[in-house]
Amino acid sequence: MLDIQNLSIRFTRYTFGLKKKEVCIVRSLDLSVSTGQVMAVIGQSGAGKSLLAHALLGILPRNARIEGRVFFKGQPLTPERQSAIRGREIALIPQSVTYLNPLLRVGVQVARAARLSGINQKDVPATVSRAFARYLLQKKVAAWFPFQLSGGMARRVLTATATVGMADLILADEPTSGLDPITAREALGHLRELANTGKAVLLITHDIETALQVADMVTVFCAGTTVEVARADDFKGLGHLRHPYTRALWAALPTNSFIGTMKPIERTSDTGGCPFRLCCNDQDAVCGQSVPELKQAGEGWVRCHHA
Amino acid sequence: MPLQLTKFLFAKTLRLVLLVAAVATLSFVLVSRSPIDPVDAYVGAAVMKISPEQRQMIIARWGLDRPPLERFGRWAAQLAKGDFGVSTIFNEPVTAVIAKRFVTSLWLMVLAWCFSGLLGFALGLIAGAWEESPADRLIRLYAYTMASTPTFWVGMILLMLFSVYLGWTPVCCAWPPGLSAEQATLWQRLHHLLLPAVTLSLIGIAQITLHTREKTIEAMRSDYAVFARAQGESPGGIVCRRALRNVALPAVTLQFASLGELFGGAVLAEQVFAYPGLGRTTVEAGIRGDIPLLLGIVLFSTIFVFTGNFVADLIYYLVDPRLRKTAGGFS
Repeated sequence: MLDIQNLSIRFTRYTFGLKKKEVCIVRSLDLSVSTGQVMAVIGQSGAGKSLLAHALLGILPRNARIEGRVFFKGQPLTPERQSAIRGREIALIPQSVTYLNPLLRVGVQVARAARLSGINQKDVPATVSRAFARYLLQKKVAAWFPFQLSGGMARRVLTATATVGMADLILADEPTSGLDPITAREALGHLRELANTGKAVLLITHDIETALQVADMVTVFCAGTTVEVARADDFKGLGHLRHPYTRALWAALPTNSFIGTMKPIERTSDTGGCPFRLCCNDQDAVCGQSVPELKQAGEGWVRCHHA
Repeated sequence: MPLQLTKFLFAKTLRLVLLVAAVATLSFVLVSRSPIDPVDAYVGAAVMKISPEQRQMIIARWGLDRPPLERFGRWAAQLAKGDFGVSTIFNEPVTAVIAKRFVTSLWLMVLAWCFSGLLGFALGLIAGAWEESPADRLIRLYAYTMASTPTFWVGMILLMLFSVYLGWTPVCCAWPPGLSAEQATLWQRLHHLLLPAVTLSLIGIAQITLHTREKTIEAMRSDYAVFARAQGESPGGIVCRRALRNVALPAVTLQFASLGELFGGAVLAEQVFAYPGLGRTTVEAGIRGDIPLLLGIVLFSTIFVFTGNFVADLIYYLVDPRLRKTAGGFS
């Protein structure tokens, strides 16, 4: 469904005076997700996860520059194609209720999303009420304003907005942040359902634990780079995880040894070298020389000189 | 009426009463400290002809020999009864003068207010939605230029161009000289109104444009705009279908709150075009020392500007669901 190869996202910033400075937020990002699959994308805050979703939809700010190859349904995803299919074939489930307009009624906003996804005007009301019913939203909720929604309801409204159309690829950006465990599980359940009905789901999160509940595969980001792709099952024990960063993440989980030994990831300069090397216990001379290639390892992939 | 609304209205009324009391006190102090002698101003050119005894009679009749506090008390008591006194220039009750002149001004202000509001809002939306586009640059250039241009200067330029060189519009007044307001046709009145209204609008557009532009840019960068774009909404669609209400609310508020500036602008525009409205009357009353009329206009404009602000607040209250919401959902 979606195949991203060696994606990089740079921002041009003006520093003092008119000096231009390019900041590279995402580089050497590789990712793929297929039909019926939930692919979790895991990374720390600031690793460029939300940017990835925005880049796929082509809605990054104007000072952003994207390089790399992105294929959607086998065809290159060009900016023209992005603007034609966003909302129709690729849909975003945003992070929080602030992504709804505070002054418009919920029903109006879902209806507009339906219309934009290519549904005929006359079919919109029926489609909207089906979406409401699917996510157990009462009819009266349509007349509410976003500030009246509870956390879980807001989550369901956002999901309904994104899935009211026929999108095949769903990008869920931090769908569990700020939710209590029960509501979070419910939100994840909806994503699993979507995958089971044949959609591809990209679950972007910093929370491995919840992601593992529904994901088939996991892509681990470190400083904007894919360092490992593993099956969700591989996270059952330390043995199957290949990258030191993934292992450190796993070890830091409360249910595991809960050892937070890692220093925060520092963004290395563009000159090369493994993005993780400054925090890595196993680093040596070769790590500073080049960014390691992504190597196939079992059913997954890993980007490490020593794996 | 819900309890909240009653409270809101009560608070506003109380505020109005306090405001009028403060303005009345302040303007009374200012007027009584003014170097213009009311008797001289009243008598005018005949000042050399009256004897000191006559002058004393006038002073005694007007109560000018009384202490200021007593004068203020009497004046305030009269005001409370709705008696603003008699205008010395027009020899008519102040309320009648204000009513007549205000109606003339109202034509001008309503036209300028609607025109600048609608056009300024539209320009601001366009500029904000397509930030940094050529259209935005052009609109901004216009707005900055107009924001820093004095009203009377624009009025004079337009007067020179359209009335003097081109002769399309009349040079002065609200209706043809020699006719009264009732005799003039609607077309004649609009014809005379055109240039002052355009002058007032051109200036008024700047503020509302720049404000709307800021609000639109803010809206275009908001989370909900990002989500709208993700759904495939175009910039125009985001503006018209998503952000309109969010941007219109503050714009409407601003437009009502700018009634004070509109009034100030009207004073200048009416002066340039010799348009016999309330603004021009204010200037006359000031220059010719017509104190009852001046005080009347001050109080009237206080209420006028207050009403503008009040309507702005009321609209916010009625339109923004977050302010209206009480306990429990509503549908």
